[in-house]
Amino acid sequence: MSATTLTAAPRRRISPALRRLVRHRLAMFGLLILVLLVLACAIGPSLVPYGPLAVDLRHRFQPPFAGPHLLGSDPLGRDQFIRLLLAGRISLLVGFFAMALSTVTGVFVGLAAGFYGGWFGAALMRLVDAALCFPAVFLLLTLAAMVSPGVLTITLIVALTSWMEVARVVEGLVRSLRERDYVVAAKAIGVSDAHLMLRELLPNVMAPIVVAATLNVARAILLESYVSYLGYGIQPPTPSWGNMLNNAQQYLDTAPWLAILPGAAITLAVTGFNFLGDGLRDALDPRMELRP
Amino acid sequence: MSALLTVTDLCVTFRDEGGEVPAVEGVSFALNPGETLAIVGESSSGKSVTALALMRLLGQSPGVNVSGRAMLGDVDLMTLPERKMAEIRGRDLAMIFQEPMTSLNPVHRVGNQIAEGLLVHERITRRAAMKHATALLAQVGIPEPAVRARAFPHQLSGGMRQRVMIAMALACRPRVLIADEPTTALDVTVQAQILDLIRTLQRDTGMSVLFITHNLGVVAEIADHVLVMYSGQVVEAAPTSELLRRPLMPYSRGLMGSVPLLEHVRHRGQARLIAIPGAIPDPRVRPPHCTFAPRCTHMRPDPCKRARPNLEPATAEHAVRCARWREIAV
Repeated sequence: MSATTLTAAPRRRISPALRRLVRHRLAMFGLLILVLLVLACAIGPSLVPYGPLAVDLRHRFQPPFAGPHLLGSDPLGRDQFIRLLLAGRISLLVGFFAMALSTVTGVFVGLAAGFYGGWFGAALMRLVDAALCFPAVFLLLTLAAMVSPGVLTITLIVALTSWMEVARVVEGLVRSLRERDYVVAAKAIGVSDAHLMLRELLPNVMAPIVVAATLNVARAILLESYVSYLGYGIQPPTPSWGNMLNNAQQYLDTAPWLAILPGAAITLAVTGFNFLGDGLRDALDPRMELRP
Repeated sequence: MSALLTVTDLCVTFRDEGGEVPAVEGVSFALNPGETLAIVGESSSGKSVTALALMRLLGQSPGVNVSGRAMLGDVDLMTLPERKMAEIRGRDLAMIFQEPMTSLNPVHRVGNQIAEGLLVHERITRRAAMKHATALLAQVGIPEPAVRARAFPHQLSGGMRQRVMIAMALACRPRVLIADEPTTALDVTVQAQILDLIRTLQRDTGMSVLFITHNLGVVAEIADHVLVMYSGQVVEAAPTSELLRRPLMPYSRGLMGSVPLLEHVRHRGQARLIAIPGAIPDPRVRPPHCTFAPRCTHMRPDPCKRARPNLEPATAEHAVRCARWREIAV
């Protein structure tokens, strides 16, 4: 083997998965939706000539594409487009940070439980089981009723109800990988437990974690919408997709666009993340390599 | 010469549903500086468990019980706190594993895996450790070490991976190297290269090697002393040349008879291997008498089925566990 093939070689480990992901139409479609959504929410608001709270009483209940407000206006004449985009910022941020927090928590709990096992691992996993027993939405509502709602608290609460699955996935994998030769071999050169967990085991369970994390974003966005829709989440006048739906429900027959637009935004974001998650799951599955 | 590693009465038992299963029963030996001691025996004779017990790598699973003493210099490996043991692993006592295919972490470049040991045990920058890792790869005979250091394990062949494992084990210049069947998974030409490499490195660094194998050909190549193990016990211990010339225990003779030799083919026109009939007894139901008796061609109900024979000295350097060794000696 010549030097040139070898220097190029180290990349090859990542690229088959990446290639499979790029070939996955649904995943790419999901990614496209998400990129557009994120770009729109990040840049869009500065291009719209209205503030999110600017009341325009001459144009109340304006339908989309029928007046100065591109996507219509709400009962107070506030511009629907900018509110959608700013709500998107909130929802996506809550979704992302709740995912990050729940994934990190789940990974640490799963690693510790799987690596140490014994009564310690069993106790941690029974805690996970107990947390899984609560119906997430009711737990969410109970918690939200007790603390003052805000972006930070909602993120924390959503994270608190969605770390368990990651923990279970990681625990199961770590328990099976812990006895692998390379882990014992690493131990034989004298590395610490933390090193074994974070450097030897964690990289080998990254694939399912990435998949679970992606799907967790979708779930977090959905959960935030539930809670906000029910009035316990992000509080008006700060817009979120969920509380926009809440405002819209009494005008459902006269101004349906008020509900349809945030509903569509939630659907787009959640579908985008789910498509991407499914694609990642397929792409990162090494058994896919065997198939044509 | 005082021994570097002295193991006294090492016992390992595993607990399962049926009760205590003895895997290693009272193994004792001494390993001198710069010397190679081979532990020979067929599968499930307790060789690897002995090695793992010395490295204290058995302890994680519940139900494992290790007793005995293992003095490395003046520290007892068996009673050392886990943190101190971690300091010793890799630095004073290193191990090469049997399976080069599975003993390297698939997600790390091999250079990093070699550098890891140095980073753990020595005050050294990552850059210096990487440089050292590249030098080690060159030392174990890997061409273009700087390029190969950046490769992932799956990009290397079995022989190369075993060399990487050896480089990993040697990174901190251990005083004792435990090699658990390091050549079993490799083909014969590569085997010879690896043995040669271990011998050369031993000459250069003066380390002691505990070599675990089931291959007597390898033993003849590399070992100064041999320990023959059968069903968890040492059944014969002698200097290599002595054992090969005058094996006393029927089991050792059986092992030698089952080594394929090209001369057999040349002299008799066909290769005939003399197999030892039967299989090693299940450790759960080891016979109370000599454990080899059921398979032994020299077995007489008295004394062989009366009691477990002791390991007794035949000469000053040669010990054997057989009740009839005097009668059957040739």
